[in-house]
Amino acid sequence: MDAILALEDGKIFRGRSFGADVERCGEVVFNTSMTGYQEIITDPSYKGQIVAMTYPLIGNYGIVKEDNESGRPFLEGLAVTEYSKIASNWRSEKILQDYLRENKVAAIEGIDTRELTLHIRQAGAMKAVLSTIDLDEKSLVKKARDSEGLIGKDLVREVTGKREIFFEGGKSKYKVVLLDCGAKSNIVRELIKNGCRVISVPAGTPAEEILSEEPDGVLLSNGPGDPAAVKYVINTTAGLIGRVPIFGICLGHQMLGLALGGRTYKLKFGHHGANQPVKDLKTGKVSITVQNHGFCVDMGSLNKKDIEMTHINLNDNTLEGMRHKKLPVFSVQFHPEAAPGPHDAVYLFAEFTGMMENWRAKKKRH
Amino acid sequence: MPRRKDIKKILIIGSGPIIISQACEFDYSGTQACKVLRQEGYKIVLVNSNPATIMTDPEFADSTYIEPLTVGSLEKIIAKERPDALLPTLGGQTALNLAVKLSEAGVLRKYGVNTIGANIKAIKKGEDRKLFRDSMKKIGLDLPKSGFAYDLTQAKQIVQEIGFPVIIRPSFTLGGTGGSVVYNAEEFTESAKTGLSASMIGEVLIEESVIGWKEFELEVMRDSKDNVVIICSIENFDPMGIHTGDSITVAPIQTLTDREYQKMRDAAISCIRQIGVETGGSNIQFAVNPKTGRMVIIEMNPRVSRSSALASKATGFPIAKIAAKLAVGYTLDEIANDITLKTPACFEPAIDYCIVKIPRFTFEKFPSADATLTVSMKSVGETMAIGRTFKEALQKAVRSLEIKKYGLESAVFKDLRNIKPQGDLLESIYKKLRIPNADRLFYIGDALRSGIGIDKINEITAIDRWFLYNIKEIIDMEKTILENKDSITKEILAKAKKYGFSDKQLAGLLDREEGEIYRLRKSLGITSDFKSVDTCSGEFQAYTPYFYSTYNK
Repeated sequence: MDAILALEDGKIFRGRSFGADVERCGEVVFNTSMTGYQEIITDPSYKGQIVAMTYPLIGNYGIVKEDNESGRPFLEGLAVTEYSKIASNWRSEKILQDYLRENKVAAIEGIDTRELTLHIRQAGAMKAVLSTIDLDEKSLVKKARDSEGLIGKDLVREVTGKREIFFEGGKSKYKVVLLDCGAKSNIVRELIKNGCRVISVPAGTPAEEILSEEPDGVLLSNGPGDPAAVKYVINTTAGLIGRVPIFGICLGHQMLGLALGGRTYKLKFGHHGANQPVKDLKTGKVSITVQNHGFCVDMGSLNKKDIEMTHINLNDNTLEGMRHKKLPVFSVQFHPEAAPGPHDAVYLFAEFTGMMENWRAKKKRH
Repeated sequence: MPRRKDIKKILIIGSGPIIISQACEFDYSGTQACKVLRQEGYKIVLVNSNPATIMTDPEFADSTYIEPLTVGSLEKIIAKERPDALLPTLGGQTALNLAVKLSEAGVLRKYGVNTIGANIKAIKKGEDRKLFRDSMKKIGLDLPKSGFAYDLTQAKQIVQEIGFPVIIRPSFTLGGTGGSVVYNAEEFTESAKTGLSASMIGEVLIEESVIGWKEFELEVMRDSKDNVVIICSIENFDPMGIHTGDSITVAPIQTLTDREYQKMRDAAISCIRQIGVETGGSNIQFAVNPKTGRMVIIEMNPRVSRSSALASKATGFPIAKIAAKLAVGYTLDEIANDITLKTPACFEPAIDYCIVKIPRFTFEKFPSADATLTVSMKSVGETMAIGRTFKEALQKAVRSLEIKKYGLESAVFKDLRNIKPQGDLLESIYKKLRIPNADRLFYIGDALRSGIGIDKINEITAIDRWFLYNIKEIIDMEKTILENKDSITKEILAKAKKYGFSDKQLAGLLDREEGEIYRLRKSLGITSDFKSVDTCSGEFQAYTPYFYSTYNK
């Protein structure tokens, strides 16, 4: 079946569908990861986005349920150069095409994703429509233009869990509340590995309710879209600062930036890939990190008296991590939980437990 | 860290004569090193016995010695030149072995020469199979079961415990010389003797056979601040049991999930740290059981390897050049990416194409050689091709071999319209699948033409089904072309070009002249495009990229 990816600036990519028979709007971004398409498809942070994979051969190892980063796919659409009709891997359970169809995901193949990437690099991330239903180019371009886009839109509401969920694996030393703005499963897995018991709460949970759980720490999760549009989480974050150790990841980092009085802005085409070099300014060491964000905390907007920059991106010198100088609060823009991507920055979960340990000791003294 | 100022003069050892397993790759890496270190203001002393190398051109070193690569001649050169440092990791196994011998003979200490890149201890840990195994066990990495033997009696004891088939690997050799796969007790005595005598130190490793397992390689770099990055991942088309130098290889890895790949990446990083390669590149090989996923580490080369040249060209990351800079104290984040200029070399290349390397054999020139492919390397060269798909890259690489094949053409069938696979012919196809040989790729094509299924071919060859499926798509395309001989459409032609079919190959299938096909597709607007190798999949602007042609645009 034919499919068309139409960009709001009139650029058209014609290919074939290998997903559901649907029409979806979203912001089109490119991702340079060579492995991990399944984790990307099931990462709730991709809500509202059509993802083009720069690596041309996708689907080679099929789908393995245990590698999912959430219960289902959240992205609006997937664009690849060639998808594999067979899955070859000892763990593989089904082929990618079947998975996408079952989950009603729009997917196009047979397009030149490098050309698309170069276009986005020059023109910036933009709104687009991926359709197998309407194949009229003009009509699709209009639909792309008329679609809402990401700025100012609260997408967290659409991906956050509806109720509290408890996770525990064996003996645990710390109780962590995960503010679920679209959290990836591997955040929970890493917390458990580091001796935490996790209570995942919906994004709308107010600060007082979170504190009433008497947690040792709060993790502000990753999530989709524009952080500035999620005022309630920013308020919650502001209500937590200084009262409990906080670790922010990706969207959580942006929420912290806003709650601490900073600003966020949109990057031209964002960071989406598994090879982003991030320098730890304290040790001077570089971690290769996986990232997925279109918005960024403005370094200049932060109050330098209270906030210390801890990590920067070596490709474009943007802010990748910060820490409060007096309060137990730190955050990173990249994904220390990996999945997909390198494990170089996984040490940050141990820093979080260390912070919780210190906080506990301090509380005891008082 | 800025470059080291405590050293002024650096000795570089080349790799000597061209032999199987050690050809111009190390001239490439050595030349790169000479160039970049001279630019940095160091005095370079170069020793290589092979005058037919670029590196021995006078402009590449301050003093060049064309002398035998022996301890005796090296000592004289060191005594005369008094270099501060020896960089042993860019001249292949020859340079590495010579560095060890110079150290053991006390020459390095006598003249106060320090090794840079990898120290002698690290070289030994990487190269000595026993030390290597102990090191890997220490960091919890899985290895094939094995034992060391120093004489025949010990060897026989070990094989009794492990059971056949086993691999015999002599310690300290080039390109696996003297190594073999042994299936029964009769062959074993002879093979063990050969192995013991091939080893520089009379030691062989007898190892659980992982023949038929999937084989992978990672090209890893480390700097003095302990930053480690993976430059390139490689999956071997031919499974374990065939020397990597004789295997068709593909980059990046195609059939591992992210979890499995990251586990391998973690293992490679802990390996280079544990072995203690201070700075520079290493090549680390893994085997994975295709049924259970059990991953074992096979070996590591604590130096720029044969695969490094390929990985450099495959990714746009100049491994030898960067390795030389790291050896004199720079760190990865201080070096700019040559192609993007604005981003640092401290990253992992993201590629948006598929690389296929095919080894080139010349068994016709060695009539007495056994043409079966084993764990000892036999190929004399290789071709590499870049395509947007595996199919396109594979057919391009075949064409480059200069063996009068213009794509994945048949080995046995003269008339593709009239394929009657039976009797001896069918038997010969099965035989060529079973026993690894230089033409196996073409026999896989013929097996598929004969209606033998992917699963069956996988069962016989242990080549991953993903590769076989892609080859089947090429063969199916060939069939479509034949069936539409008189009514060839633009769609079919365009798809054939995307699958890497050459005009000449198409001309053969369509009974036309090559020029006719060329004109026909031009008139239909089917043309190729040039895309660039830019290390970053288009994320950043490329200032000095290089290009490959593709019809997938």
